[in-house]
Amino acid sequence: MTLLQIDRLSMEVGGLPILHNVSLGVDAGRILGVIGESGSGKSMTALSVMQLLPDGARCSGRISLAGQEVLTLSEPALCKMRGRDVGMVFQEPMTALNPLQTIGAQVAETILIHERVTRAEALRRAAEALRRAELPQDRFPMSRYPHELSGGQRQRVVIAMAIALRPRLLIADEPTTALDVTTQAEILKLLKRLVVEDGMACMLISHDLAVVADMADDIVIMRSGEVVETGPVDRLLSHMRHPYSKALLAASSHVPDRAAQPREASLLSVRGVVRDYAIPRSGFWGRVGTFRAVNDVSFDIRRGESLGLVGESGCGKSTLTRAILGLEEVQAGTIKLNGQPVFTGHRPNRDVRRHMQVVFQDPYGSFNPRHRVDRLISEPFHLLDDPPQGAARADAIAQALESVGLSADDGRKFIHEFSGGQRQRIAIARALIIRPELIILDEAVSALDVQVRAQILDLLADLGDRLGLTYLFISHDLSVVRSITDRVLVMQAGRIVEHGVTQEVFDVPRHAYTQQLVAAAPRLTVEPERTNDDDARA
Amino acid sequence: MMLRAGLTIMTQLRSLVPGAALTLLFAGAAVLSLFWTPYEITSLDIANKIKTPTLAHPLGTDHFGRDILSMIMVGARTSIAVALVAVGIGMGVGVPLGLAAAAREGSLLDEVIMRGNDLVFAFPSLLIAIMITAVFGASAVNAIIAIGIFNIPVFARLTRSGALSLWTQDYVLAARVAGKGAARISAEHILPNVTNLLIVQGTIQFSLGILAEAGLSYVGLGAQPPTPSWGRMLADSQTMISLAPHMAIFPGMAILLTVLGLNLMGDGLRDLLDPRLRRTGR
Repeated sequence: MTLLQIDRLSMEVGGLPILHNVSLGVDAGRILGVIGESGSGKSMTALSVMQLLPDGARCSGRISLAGQEVLTLSEPALCKMRGRDVGMVFQEPMTALNPLQTIGAQVAETILIHERVTRAEALRRAAEALRRAELPQDRFPMSRYPHELSGGQRQRVVIAMAIALRPRLLIADEPTTALDVTTQAEILKLLKRLVVEDGMACMLISHDLAVVADMADDIVIMRSGEVVETGPVDRLLSHMRHPYSKALLAASSHVPDRAAQPREASLLSVRGVVRDYAIPRSGFWGRVGTFRAVNDVSFDIRRGESLGLVGESGCGKSTLTRAILGLEEVQAGTIKLNGQPVFTGHRPNRDVRRHMQVVFQDPYGSFNPRHRVDRLISEPFHLLDDPPQGAARADAIAQALESVGLSADDGRKFIHEFSGGQRQRIAIARALIIRPELIILDEAVSALDVQVRAQILDLLADLGDRLGLTYLFISHDLSVVRSITDRVLVMQAGRIVEHGVTQEVFDVPRHAYTQQLVAAAPRLTVEPERTNDDDARA
Repeated sequence: MMLRAGLTIMTQLRSLVPGAALTLLFAGAAVLSLFWTPYEITSLDIANKIKTPTLAHPLGTDHFGRDILSMIMVGARTSIAVALVAVGIGMGVGVPLGLAAAAREGSLLDEVIMRGNDLVFAFPSLLIAIMITAVFGASAVNAIIAIGIFNIPVFARLTRSGALSLWTQDYVLAARVAGKGAARISAEHILPNVTNLLIVQGTIQFSLGILAEAGLSYVGLGAQPPTPSWGRMLADSQTMISLAPHMAIFPGMAILLTVLGLNLMGDGLRDLLDPRLRRTGR
């Protein structure tokens, strides 16, 4: 019998339709991957199972969970169901935990709410749940606070909370999106193990086709509130019927066309760069320590080349970016663009700076919400000694907007009128406007949906060819780096541990860390002859 | 999203309209009093003293037979002028200090500014006001200075905390990549984005300034007779409260409604000034 069966579920919030005739089902012990871009209704489908919907939401259709009709349940009955029958894992482990409570207390709370047990008993079971989530008591006592744990460990606490009562359905909403790739692999393995051990049904919601393809038994693909296509993973991936699914698959493994061949001349040269940060003294009498964020880093970027820089959070890649941009002075080593140092006499060198620009990850935080687009993208003109005025300025703005596929009229709009992908185009226009030679892309496509990401990658490749740009492409996403870079640097704990031609480094990684990264990256393999996981397990 | 936008517009109008109406009412009365009041506030009419509201005196008369409506109108002028200038002093000095402290976070400048703020905060404001007026004499100008000084750390702290979170934004980083200096970034990117906070705090400080002025006048350290002031009207009526409650009620209501109106208007303005909530007509 299907544990969760959703039949023709429609939902609207204040008259605005969100979901339309969504039907799907999950069996106990199986994982259902729900895939869609932002706004496709995948999270709303999951939330309607818990009936944790925004105010003014109205559902119609049927949701049946282990024989119970969820849509007819009263609020007290729903409260009993949430947490006991359905556990949920959220995307952001930083905000899903209360920073003022110990992890033990937070896991025990779920138990205390639903069962009449003593506090000691609840804590004993919380310890058990944490152990099952691979946080053993000897290394991670329950008296720890969330801030004492890493992102992956916090996500394990959230998972422990979700599985403490052995729910029949586990909803994981983008559980690994905020995590590094190696942590992601561990968390996914943990989820899979728990599903098998407890015979839970699991709804795994993700925007990442590769993650879901590795994990799930069945897949549902959603778009604008509707189910587009559904079926077992292997069959669905090898025999996609719907054009949207095909487009999604194509976008996930998209490789933009690039023609430009790097010339031999070096554009940026980084030699022996060291960047130390002061860390607060430990205790009143303690000494001010230093943290070496970038440790003896040297590399070159050749003119016209696209160089990748991969590494996990905290490895020093952002610090290195800031140093290259001349935002922070380095403690040792030199950074030269076209043979000129970025810093001269403790001051950033304007002549050098005007040859490089940057595009940031967050399309929402990158723009002052109070300025119009024309003012936003013309900001780098400040670097020129003689910036264009009047008509010449308007021309330059129009040209920059048009080169990224927007229209000159968009200059009069405010930034909130644009979608995430359009904003990222505007960010690129801002970088292009002073015609730099080097553009640093700091996770520039990481926050975008796959199809938008593919478009932006195409745009970057096209601009690179047309304008002869050089890119430094910083990302944690190996598949993106693989698709757009010529050479790659792998960074770990402030050092470059491996570098070489992208294809070679990823196919035959030599350093242990690179091997680990490559192994952990979810890979989308569409092979008809893949064996069926269910048969193997049965 | 649409629903939320609709709700927000409703709530912002719900507080903005009555708030602005109340504020305009008192501001209008203050302006009008420059040209015309029902009676001269200096004209004593002992025959008609302590009269309850009549057609001739809509809010009654006080113990000297002066028209209370006229006095409240002129008193509004005193209150608003004192509070406005005091907020102006607080913003004019506090905001640049806060911006500078945030731009050089953790530096000696930051420490000096913020510890200086703490120092001002450490003194009870009314005591300092009394001290200032004791040294320099009781007058409206000294009341303004006393209230204004205590507005400085409020605005400095608020600006600094708002600015600190803005300095971590990517658009500030983008401006730094464009070679802009701290002063320019503060003016172009930080200040416009803390105005929401400043406007809300400004209206709150404005209403607190009116209360403070009333308090100082009540103890006789604010505007001196014959300049009418709401606080001194309250003080004068105190001994006659059982005999002539209207003498206390009307200035009291004036203080209450002005403060309420300013607070409501501050809330409404904050929502209205946010461009993210501005309807774009696409």
